[in-house]
Amino acid sequence: MSPAGKEPQDRVLIKHGAGGRAMRALIEDVFLSLGGPIDGIGLSALDDGAAIRFGDLHIVITTDSHVVHPIFFPGGDIGRLSISGTVNDLAMMGATEPLGLTCAVIIEEGFSRDDLLRIRDSMKRACEEAGTTIVTGDTKVMGKGEVDGIVINTAGVAVVKRVVTDAGLSAGDQIIVTGTIGDHGMAVMTRRRDLAIEGNLRSDVAPLNGLVRAALTAGGEDVVAMKDPTRGGLASSLSEMAAKAKVGILLKESQLPLNPEVRAAGEILGIDPLVVANEGKAVIGVRATSAEKVLAAVREHPLGRQAAIIGYAIRERPGNLILDTGFGKRLIAEIEGEPLPRIC
Amino acid sequence: MCLGVPGKVLAIDGMEATVDFFGVTKQLRLDIVDEPVSVGDYVLNHVGFAIRRIPPAEVPETLALFEEVLKGAGPGDLMAAEVFGEMAAAKPGREKV
Amino acid sequence: MARDPQLEQLKFRDPDRARALAAALAREVAAIGRSPISVMHVCGSHEQSIARFGLRAVFPKDLQVIMGPGCPVCVTDMPEVDEAVALALAGHRIATYGDMMKVPGSGRSLADTVGEGAKIDVVYGVQQAVDLARAHPDEEVVFFASGFETTAVATAAVLMNGVPKNFSVLSAHKYIPPAMEIVAEMPGTRIEGFLAAGHAAAITGAAVFEPFVARHRVPVVVGGFEPLDVLAALVRLTELIREGRAEVANMYPRVVTREGNKPAQERLWKVFRPIGGRWRGIAHIPNGNLRLRDEWAHVDARKRFSIEVSRLADRAPRALAQRCICGDIMAGLRQPTDCELFGKECLPDSPVGACMVSSEGSCRIWHAYGGLPDLREVG
Repeated sequence: MSPAGKEPQDRVLIKHGAGGRAMRALIEDVFLSLGGPIDGIGLSALDDGAAIRFGDLHIVITTDSHVVHPIFFPGGDIGRLSISGTVNDLAMMGATEPLGLTCAVIIEEGFSRDDLLRIRDSMKRACEEAGTTIVTGDTKVMGKGEVDGIVINTAGVAVVKRVVTDAGLSAGDQIIVTGTIGDHGMAVMTRRRDLAIEGNLRSDVAPLNGLVRAALTAGGEDVVAMKDPTRGGLASSLSEMAAKAKVGILLKESQLPLNPEVRAAGEILGIDPLVVANEGKAVIGVRATSAEKVLAAVREHPLGRQAAIIGYAIRERPGNLILDTGFGKRLIAEIEGEPLPRIC
Repeated sequence: MCLGVPGKVLAIDGMEATVDFFGVTKQLRLDIVDEPVSVGDYVLNHVGFAIRRIPPAEVPETLALFEEVLKGAGPGDLMAAEVFGEMAAAKPGREKV
Repeated sequence: MARDPQLEQLKFRDPDRARALAAALAREVAAIGRSPISVMHVCGSHEQSIARFGLRAVFPKDLQVIMGPGCPVCVTDMPEVDEAVALALAGHRIATYGDMMKVPGSGRSLADTVGEGAKIDVVYGVQQAVDLARAHPDEEVVFFASGFETTAVATAAVLMNGVPKNFSVLSAHKYIPPAMEIVAEMPGTRIEGFLAAGHAAAITGAAVFEPFVARHRVPVVVGGFEPLDVLAALVRLTELIREGRAEVANMYPRVVTREGNKPAQERLWKVFRPIGGRWRGIAHIPNGNLRLRDEWAHVDARKRFSIEVSRLADRAPRALAQRCICGDIMAGLRQPTDCELFGKECLPDSPVGACMVSSEGSCRIWHAYGGLPDLREVG
């Protein structure tokens, strides 16, 4: 086998899809120039969605492609993920009533029809939970081996009066996370690789628009920033929020809601739950005066029972995420690519 | 991170053990541990092998060792005495899980 | 009601006890009266633990806790990586621990060969590599074995259990005690005591350090990895330094004994022998490398294949590599932040030296946890 390949830098690599620094670099280098000036929040904001002014409202749109493997995992499947992901991206912009979703699928030849129906049923349930429907779609089939099982792209559209971005934090604002962290990523990690570990790890995948609605109702304009910590985990999302708002963020490790199994899996694999994806959680930045009120409202909601205030924004060290471990403070870095287990 | 959380042996099949770490289970090999291991024992894992059986009494013994270290530490034992008082007052059930 | 060691384990993270130990540490260091007091640990997991729990914020300012050559992947020399790369390019399936993927050889890393069609599988245990060989009976599966003696024991055990014909081992295992000797003898070193790795000592026993202590007249304390373990071990170490006692102390008795795990040691030395070799960027370490004994030639990749590494020098080593100070860092002479490439040209994604590649490398750990910024006053 002759080493005829090109330099790795000429190729797109797996890490470019992992949600961390490498992916952002790819987007900035390659795709950003496709954006242009719009009246609203567009591509250059690199937010969860776009918000285009329309009269005295904003049209919020977002899109997501889903390639998760395995397609069925404890707690959910690619269908549930494809609906929740898009509903949640809209919700993170403040748009909690989707007008409708699109659904485009690319299916590999030979894909099981039973599996397809299972996915369809799951999507239907998720739509019902979110109070929305699929309004249009597209279907393609590719030859065996030309695509891995199934790829689902969903897009969502909504209108909203006030857009909430991920850049709105100021020093003193409190950070709420709506529940336990690392559930989805750890559940998928332990299934996907031959790590020989078993547990009751379940994905948290769920549509959050109802929960966010409760938070916005309670906090109004005091809800200043929101993001859903998907790929790259809480670490990535909070780092982005800190960088965009030019504040630092200080988290208290003892306040982070964590399932014991997720913690255990993290210890065994050497992977920090902070860098691992969540698909049914949101981080909400709230002005200090309304933090308790918003927290209470979130906790009332079935998806927010374990919500907690985990830290606050600070003036010092803009762009940095700092963890108070209870012993000392340290910086939390963004991951470069996919988190890999350590040998232990 | 190899912090050495002990795993509890749930089942043994020849040289393979099913070991529980706070609700997550892992298969470990027993080839290199230097004592016989039974169900209910606690073992330390390294790359899929149990390397040591941890006697249950070791934890309080280690904590006592730490206290000894505090006792012997440098001048200023008045502070140490205060700290001991603090530790003695700490109830065992205080730890957050 | 029976005690549950798993829950008890959490006591080793109790912040109150940690504060008490930190205060004791400060008293010891103050009582010694010199500044700085430099001590060295030789275990990536210790550095991980210190970094993860933010313990450096708790150490007294006059105490320097330096990471020595405790990262087995980082000290794997270029020729060893080149051997694995050559086998990968020859079409054999390579199984390796994840950290090894990105270590640069003289030109390429194993990860680079993936883009050229090589078959590399990341495994999390050596048994998995054997399972791979069983799953691919028509291919040669080579396990590129990295790690210190604790990990080498697992490799030895698996070989002694019998492996399929298409399985072989390319050993890059390393042995830590000889490296401590070399570091202790280095000019410019001011290490007054060593914190030894608890899990390696679980195998070798604390007694393995007794000749070292007798020769070099510095104390060695064996420590565990929870925050209280690390702090208590350092308190004991500084106490021994203060009292001028060159002894071995075991502060991890729940895992480490004086004699260690004899059956494991027997397996280790039945399968492996120590030979001298270069530890990347540091020095020649006599007895620092573990190679398969002649009786195991039938599973030794170096004997099974004739490995052609000369063609790999077609890519000139990057000029940056010459500015890399990994060796000095691993010898404890300098810190990651002393390196002009750290955090700029040398990043986890584009590592120049091995210290930035491995999750146990000090540069990688410092980069992940933010180096040594003083965060005491923040918030």
